[in-house]
Amino acid sequence: MHKHIFMLLLCSVFFANAQNCNYTLSGKVIDLHDDSVLPGATLIVAGFEKVTQSTIDGTYIFSNLCEGTYTIQISHPNCATQAFKVKVSSDLEKNFRLEHHLEELNAITLNAAIFGNKTKTLFEQKITEAQLDRFSNGSLGDILNTMSGVSSLNTGNAVVKPIINGVHSSRVVVMNNGVRMEDQEWGAEHAPSIDVNTIGNITLIKGAGALKYSGDAVGGIIITEAAKIPVKDTIYGKTHLSTATNGRGGTLTSTLTKSYKNGWYGSLQATVKRYGDYEAPDYILSNTGVFGRNIAARIGINRFDYGVDAYYSYFRNEIGILRASHIGGASDQVRAINSGFPLVIEDFTYDINDPRQDVTHHLFKVRGFKRFKNLGEVTLQYDFQQNERLEFDVRRGDDADKASLDLQLSSHTVRLDLDTEKNFPVNFKTGLAGQFQQNVADPSTGVRRLIPDYERINLGIYGVGNYEITNNWLVEVGGRFDYIHLDAQKFYRTSFWEERNYDVLFPEIVVGEFGNQILTNPKLNFSNFSATLGSRYTFNDEYKLFFNYSLASRAPNPSELFSEGLHHSASRIELGDLRFNSEIAHKVSLTLQKQGSVFGFSINPYLNLINDFMIIEPTEIQQTIRGNFQVWEYRQTDARLVGLDIDASLSFTKNLSFYHQFSFVKGYDRTLDIPLIDIPPVNTTNGLVYQNSKLNNFRLEVKSEYTFRQNEFPDTNFEVFVPETNTQELVDVSTPPDAYHLVHVNSSVDFKLTQKSMLHVGASVSNVFNTNYRNYLNRLRYYADDLGRNFSINLKITY
Amino acid sequence: MKTFRISTLALITLVSSLFIACSSDDDTPIPVNEEEIITTLTLTLTPATGGTAITLQTRDLDGDGPNAPVISISGDLTPMTTYNGTVVLLNETVTPADNITLEVIEEAEEHQFFYTTNASLDLTTSNFNVDANSNPLGTTFTLTTGAASTGTLTATLRHEPTKPNTGLNDAGGETDISATFNVTIQ
Repeated sequence: MHKHIFMLLLCSVFFANAQNCNYTLSGKVIDLHDDSVLPGATLIVAGFEKVTQSTIDGTYIFSNLCEGTYTIQISHPNCATQAFKVKVSSDLEKNFRLEHHLEELNAITLNAAIFGNKTKTLFEQKITEAQLDRFSNGSLGDILNTMSGVSSLNTGNAVVKPIINGVHSSRVVVMNNGVRMEDQEWGAEHAPSIDVNTIGNITLIKGAGALKYSGDAVGGIIITEAAKIPVKDTIYGKTHLSTATNGRGGTLTSTLTKSYKNGWYGSLQATVKRYGDYEAPDYILSNTGVFGRNIAARIGINRFDYGVDAYYSYFRNEIGILRASHIGGASDQVRAINSGFPLVIEDFTYDINDPRQDVTHHLFKVRGFKRFKNLGEVTLQYDFQQNERLEFDVRRGDDADKASLDLQLSSHTVRLDLDTEKNFPVNFKTGLAGQFQQNVADPSTGVRRLIPDYERINLGIYGVGNYEITNNWLVEVGGRFDYIHLDAQKFYRTSFWEERNYDVLFPEIVVGEFGNQILTNPKLNFSNFSATLGSRYTFNDEYKLFFNYSLASRAPNPSELFSEGLHHSASRIELGDLRFNSEIAHKVSLTLQKQGSVFGFSINPYLNLINDFMIIEPTEIQQTIRGNFQVWEYRQTDARLVGLDIDASLSFTKNLSFYHQFSFVKGYDRTLDIPLIDIPPVNTTNGLVYQNSKLNNFRLEVKSEYTFRQNEFPDTNFEVFVPETNTQELVDVSTPPDAYHLVHVNSSVDFKLTQKSMLHVGASVSNVFNTNYRNYLNRLRYYADDLGRNFSINLKITY
Repeated sequence: MKTFRISTLALITLVSSLFIACSSDDDTPIPVNEEEIITTLTLTLTPATGGTAITLQTRDLDGDGPNAPVISISGDLTPMTTYNGTVVLLNETVTPADNITLEVIEEAEEHQFFYTTNASLDLTTSNFNVDANSNPLGTTFTLTTGAASTGTLTATLRHEPTKPNTGLNDAGGETDISATFNVTIQ
């Protein structure tokens, strides 16, 4: 059928009047996936006797072309032959992008995920392996923090949760190697259970447009993927040691990969990370040590038309929580806030004592794909995840060594996806997903379950199509439907059950009474629809305009539904609401991108209107025998988030460049007309990079990070009786800290050891001026300053 | 290709059986009775010279639940009198009630009771019992009233305070209990 179209086009060219025949068409042939150039591609002007080949740097040229529309057919040994329409009315420079697969092992996920664009009409930001290497001892949140539009919600310095365009937790989906992470991500102090050293590259999508993965990513999706493995007989690896003065520890990670020409491959990776107490400029942050371990293994076979791959990873992270943040109520909080420095400062130690978290995450995945002619690629994936979360509080007596929270979340997911061959100009993706999830809260903690036992079934179906109207204009339309069934076994305190009027609203779910508690069996169903509509227009090789509207629907998470009781680590009583329905977000995002070797930028304004936005906010003070606590209650409201993200880079010379980032977001509760809590303050990052490939790839970067004060915040202060002074005192929990400016320097140099091995040496200083600062988005900001100066050394050997 | 199909089928069967197996799981969970919770604090003040003891009690049977503690005071204190004071902590969510005071005494070095009053109330506390390091613990004490007056008396239990200390101001630690009573001396 396409042949006919081409014939028609050709005819139109034949009969076009040829007035001027001195035009040239030139440009490059580029790999669609990683923008590398493709030498040796054969280019034919269909219907004319013009043939040329791309040179070693991918360039080609056709001269003596007449005005008219031509069809250029491009073939390459490793690519499917493709045809492009080009209108010539002057000398034209045009780059062609080819789908380049044969040589890549990751064809298994190629069309589906790896290196292909996840959405067509949402601007995507990527982090490559070289950038990741500088964060070997950091966390996923630390890395993402370097992107515009992303900040993080921290609990100390080890628990770092990404915030995308102002929202976080359940509103940010993390896809790890094609698997949606199910690691109790609803919790504001639950960091993603991923070792950064397993990641080959990261893609950030600031919107819900990637419907293949989920329909509830109100904030966005973070996609991490393993490194590509080549199809050839080879064995290679890398070992990376990073050490740092702050925390007096380091990270050691090693990866070994073996691959064969016949498509088989295997890879093994392990990481150990150990740090003691970190330090603020003026004192030790007692009990902030970290002990992380990770092992990951991959095995598979990859052929052009089929492949199977299996992946397993074990992740364990023990994190000390700042001792001074464990307090016993509002009067202690007054003391902590007013003192200006932590109430507990002890000598440096590697020991991790209570309060602490101990998280284990197992992830197993097996995936197979098969390419069918005239249909496309079919992928079937099964994954199993088990997340065990233990949280230890400072406790008394026999309970001293017992966890206060012990949750085990198991998830089984099956996915079947179809991606039609890139049948120019239409591409269609569709699929089904089913998930069964079970949460078990161990009652032997002696603390009432924060999250009840539950079972959850999630069924999803999606379809996304994109159509290239012209060579440079593409539209994308997609829809997804999710059905969620939640079956929980929840114990309520009788007093709360009655106070909330649940005894009148939900008498049918009561199973039995146990002393002052009631066992209930809520069964909840949610039917969520999500959609995306977008367009991408390429003006020329430099400018692109992306427009996207996405509709996301998110069912309430267990904490929003069921929380009921004292949350020790936050020293507040948190109350969920059984009556919640799904929140619906409408996000419109526009991005203008300019790519260029000298000057490039992207400007991305967005508007996110969220109906029935679930938010937790202080509502009252509750008296208990332990003193007064602030009560934080979830409620639903309508929210509006408006923001702007800017990235820019400018090369002064071949070796010296400057980059700039700016993120701005405003969040409002439209119902009450007040600012939303925990909205990232305006921040800007600027840096100078000197890099010289002739001087052993010497690289020096000076980076300035300026965070403004958040001036828009809800006033959640309250008064509490303080027995020391016998007075009512104000507990100032809402005033944000002052603006701060941090300067970081990092440098690296590469040495060639042998033909195949290379030594990379890096040295860096963060917070060069040892600036005292507190971060509005750090939940422990009331109790201590953030990290002080840190010297670190990185040694990486690749072999 | 054939193997692919077979493995696909096998996978689907395996997974769907998993779904079915798991979803028929309907075990009733057991309730958690909080072991550490302190529901009740009772201060008993017995006149040194004998006579009826006065009790000051705060009782919060739903712990962190929405109901506020119920405070009961058996009577007024007499001016210019010395009382022998004792404090008892109970967890009444379990039957029989758990005496938490015993745990506090067992971990005496890590605990301390403080008794504070506002300016208008004329009474003092002293003679606290001590831990193994001879630092005050305060589960027993002497309370001496002055002139007739009214005001508040607050009993505070701190976990892991700095010992020795000069009072609540420099004791640090975490508040396990903070109970305030409106007291009348007449």
